[in-house]
Amino acid sequence: MTAITAHTFATAGSALVGQLGAPTDALGWLLDRWSDGLSAVGETFGIEMLRYGFMHRAFLVGALIAVMAPLIGTFLVHRQLALIGDALAHTAFAGVAVGLFVNAVLGVGVSPYLTAVVVAMIAALAIELISEVTDAYNDVSMAIVLSTGFALGAVLISINAGGLAVGVNQYLFGNLATVSRENAMILIGLFLAIVLVVGLTYKQLLYVTFDETAARVAGVNVRWYNRIMTMLTAMVVVGAMQIMGVILVAAMLVVPVAGAAQLARSFREALLASVVLAELAVLAGITLAYQYEATAGGTIVLVAVAIYVIAVLVGKAKASREPAAETRSIADDRIAD
Amino acid sequence: MRHDTDNRTTAHVTVDGLSFGYTASPVVRDVSLTVEEGEYVGIIGPNGSGKSTLLQLVLGLHEPDRGDVRLFGHPSRAFVERERVGYVAQDVTENTTEMPITVAEVVLMGRFPHAGFGRIETADRDRAREALQTVGIEHLADRRITKLSGGQRQRAYIARALASEAELLVLDEPTVGVDAESVAAFFDLLDDLNDDGMTILLVEHDIGAVLEHTDRVLCLNREVYFDGPPDEFVETDALERAYGTDLRRQPEASAP
Repeated sequence: MTAITAHTFATAGSALVGQLGAPTDALGWLLDRWSDGLSAVGETFGIEMLRYGFMHRAFLVGALIAVMAPLIGTFLVHRQLALIGDALAHTAFAGVAVGLFVNAVLGVGVSPYLTAVVVAMIAALAIELISEVTDAYNDVSMAIVLSTGFALGAVLISINAGGLAVGVNQYLFGNLATVSRENAMILIGLFLAIVLVVGLTYKQLLYVTFDETAARVAGVNVRWYNRIMTMLTAMVVVGAMQIMGVILVAAMLVVPVAGAAQLARSFREALLASVVLAELAVLAGITLAYQYEATAGGTIVLVAVAIYVIAVLVGKAKASREPAAETRSIADDRIAD
Repeated sequence: MRHDTDNRTTAHVTVDGLSFGYTASPVVRDVSLTVEEGEYVGIIGPNGSGKSTLLQLVLGLHEPDRGDVRLFGHPSRAFVERERVGYVAQDVTENTTEMPITVAEVVLMGRFPHAGFGRIETADRDRAREALQTVGIEHLADRRITKLSGGQRQRAYIARALASEAELLVLDEPTVGVDAESVAAFFDLLDDLNDDGMTILLVEHDIGAVLEHTDRVLCLNREVYFDGPPDEFVETDALERAYGTDLRRQPEASAP
């Protein structure tokens, strides 16, 4: 009976993959070209780490994470909602456990990251609904969702013990070497979805972030944009989890954004600066992690925090020069625009 | 961009038999009022008298328990031509203390209802810049809004309403935390806008300012105690009744 069910699932699974064939092929082709490019760079400059396919994928995934995490993080941080990232990361862990469980019981090969996306998005909706009913984002409900997610994950994994315990570390702490082709493609998909949605709804998201009441008066459906925002957060968290791990993933939503806020004047500048700082942290972090055989997530976060400290110092230095800037002519201000 | 399809005789705001309560005791009780195009109406009343709640009901932010609220003839909960209404609240920047955003970006938000999901065009930026000129803070366009003084910031929010081409300006105690000199200049600005045809609905704790600047005073303490011109208002005892009943009620309210 179980065997038949498993077989049915496996067939359904391969049929699904078959239907997704065309876009997957295109992504695969792009991935190969990216790999070729980095290999060529590695050859030319004699960079050893660029010889490996997994490092090519790690750099690609890292670079995309460094765009989408601060992109969403900027909206969250400036609404004091940074904790949502952490809560969703822990529920995503439950999603991973569900994926591993389903794979073990039914013998199918679903990527745990796919189940993580689904579970994290359901949790995102749950958080939104709780906050709509209680009329506030409260720490308590967020903490409950966070611990429920993590507990569910821990229990599912322990039930299934044996071979599974081995695989858990990679989800908790992230791993460069396990970024498979399939997972890289999932991430590219998440990246495209996030950038597209933010691109379309930038104005509404900005209005809601700046002043929720004024946004409502202006006819923005605040509830819908809050839902969209938490769903996007869930997608970012799962995407970034591959390298950053469940425990540290929220740092990518917060640390570069906090650094950028020290340097930027406008919101657009802040978005751009946070992406630049995140790219610096991710690329330097991955390189250092490879060099010293350290865990990538931790290294990236440490680099990001170092960059944040520098940003604070630069920001303070700029602020102390501000009184002088006060007398600057209006024309100067215009040129800066 | 004006909406000429609407009947000219339609009032900007129509409130009829409106009641609303957060709990059992109503915050707003059986209030009716009409604000016509070009009017300058000041709402005064003691703390907790439901002034801000009334504004929020007018704006369609709450569902009334009883009665009818209309903006430009449409039920305000379902009102869609949102660009026709500008809203300036008490200084909101406390919540967004260190959010990096410039004055120009905030004013440009006034164009968002016009743009929808489309792009912000050069024409939109020009409108926003004109609005900044009108309120006299064009030179601050590229400053962070959090670096402005309270008075400058409230001007920026007025500019956002102007950029939106609002016909009705709704202000909820806009001068809280603004220094005295700037308050005078702020009311002069409102006078100028009203002279140019802007309809203004203002909630204000400074009774003197309301009497001096508006055409019509609405004295509120849960229900309407007075509705008429300022010079008639000072001759009635509405002020004492509205504020006095509140004083007498307070010990009762704080008992159990």
